[in-house]
Amino acid sequence: MIRFYGVSKVYQNGVTALNNINLHIRKGEFLFLVGPSGAGKSTLTKLIFREELPTRGQVIFSGKNVARMRHGEIPYLRRKIGMVFQDFRLLPQKKVWENVAFALEVTGVSRREIKRRVPEALKMVGLEDKAGMLPTQLSGGEQQRVGIARAMINNPSLLVADEPTGNLDPETSWELMNLFQEINQRGTTIIMATHAWDIVDKLKKRVVALNCGQIVRDEEGGGYRDEA
Amino acid sequence: MRLSTIGYYFREAFSSLVRNSWLSLASVGTVTVSLLILGFSLLLVLNADRMAATLESSVEISAFLHSGVKQAQITSLEQEIKALPGVTEVRYVSKEQALTEMRQSFGQRKDILDGLDKDNPLPDAFRIKTQQAGQVPGVAAKIQTFSGVDEVRYGRGVVEKLLAVTHWIRVAGMAIMIALAAAAVFLISTTIRMSVFARRREISIMKFLGATNWFVRFPFLLEGMVLGLAGSLLAGLAVYFGYFSLARHVNETLPFIPLVTGMQYLLIMLGGLIALGLLIGALGSAISIRRFLNV
Ligand SMILES: Nc1ncnc2c1ncn2[C@@H]1O[C@H](COP(=O)(O)OP(=O)(O)O)[C@@H](O)[C@H]1O
Ligand SMILES: [Mg+2]
Repeated sequence: MIRFYGVSKVYQNGVTALNNINLHIRKGEFLFLVGPSGAGKSTLTKLIFREELPTRGQVIFSGKNVARMRHGEIPYLRRKIGMVFQDFRLLPQKKVWENVAFALEVTGVSRREIKRRVPEALKMVGLEDKAGMLPTQLSGGEQQRVGIARAMINNPSLLVADEPTGNLDPETSWELMNLFQEINQRGTTIIMATHAWDIVDKLKKRVVALNCGQIVRDEEGGGYRDEA
Repeated sequence: MRLSTIGYYFREAFSSLVRNSWLSLASVGTVTVSLLILGFSLLLVLNADRMAATLESSVEISAFLHSGVKQAQITSLEQEIKALPGVTEVRYVSKEQALTEMRQSFGQRKDILDGLDKDNPLPDAFRIKTQQAGQVPGVAAKIQTFSGVDEVRYGRGVVEKLLAVTHWIRVAGMAIMIALAAAAVFLISTTIRMSVFARRREISIMKFLGATNWFVRFPFLLEGMVLGLAGSLLAGLAVYFGYFSLARHVNETLPFIPLVTGMQYLLIMLGGLIALGLLIGALGSAISIRRFLNV
């Protein structure tokens, strides 16, 4: 579903964030991206939805060369990818259901369709009772659920999550991981950058470890740290 | 485009206008003042042109004859003048006729002229009209050379002065208007920049949710155009009512000044003002969208 071919990323300031990455992520996979801060995890996710352009190499998503995409195609690429962030990125003045509806509104979906789909998405994340509340009235875990509902409302084939539990306590993190696993079991491919070593160790998914912009380990059912 | 999307655009545009209400008011005010000046200077020029045209058509050449010119020479002179290029009308006015005309124009105080009948000092004359005011000096100079002609006179300078005045009104009005329009564009672009800044978080979220560039830009463009439209509507209303009350007043007190009141001119002008207001608004927001909305 996604292939990186010899991808390098050098930022304007000369920092090499990624160095010759070759990676193939298959449909339906759940992949953890691990590694120390500054290893290049966020940069790798940004290349998938064209937040950044690779300096060298190709990124292919669903058979399309993301780096060669015309500007006008980028919005349509992003509609196929759900995104979840550490800081949730909700709009504080909009209610919970409006935040979720926003993802449909900006893609020109009709009111009636919005009214039908938003409650479904809120139900999936278990927030149907809190639709009318403001994000500030919710706990961190609940806010991230709103973020997940918004990311999933367009039924994307890929969910990219950059440290989604980075701001949450361990118990809440586990609840959210269960939600992510459900989403994955329904067929959505997930790429998750994380520092939550206990979760990575326990779930036994594919683990790609980065260090200084290079892949140092790519292991099916691996743990957070290299066992060898 | 979907109805819900259009609704979205308008809601966003208006909520921004309310958020930046002071700057929005300043923008609208500047558009109004610049278009007001444009509107009134256009009307001034229109009226001055009309007045110049009226005056031009009434500019005549008077050619006074030596005393004692014979009737036969008068007839041949009339033929010669008529043959000059540009001359449309030649009228012979004898000294007796001239005195009668003078009496009429003096009205009630014509007694001043009593006693002139016996020893009429007025000369016989030709009154000549030309096709265009510009031909007057040339024709006058030719007539001066004809024998029997004593002196040639015409309303030298009146038309030229009026045309010079309209020229300066045009230039000054345009200059002020352009300066103010530039200020309006600047203020609108500042307003839009503030809107973009106030909503930068929302914009970045819209982008990763897959909003197209035009979807992100359009509310800002709309906001600028609403500002321009509001300003031009105010200016249009002020010009319309201001001018009509002025025209009515002038018509009552100074009826000989022929003000332009044809609706067709005013409607074209009001349409032009509104189009210009929209253009100023669109330009202002386009500048900020280009500079501060890198989508
Ligand atoms: N926009 C940017 N401009 C310049 N350097 C950047 C930018 N984003 C990240 N970097 C640098 O690239 C490297 C990798 O960053 P990042 O991908 O955020 O790593 P991680 O998410 O693994 O912590 C770091 O050295 C970081 O300072
Ligand atoms: Mg990161």
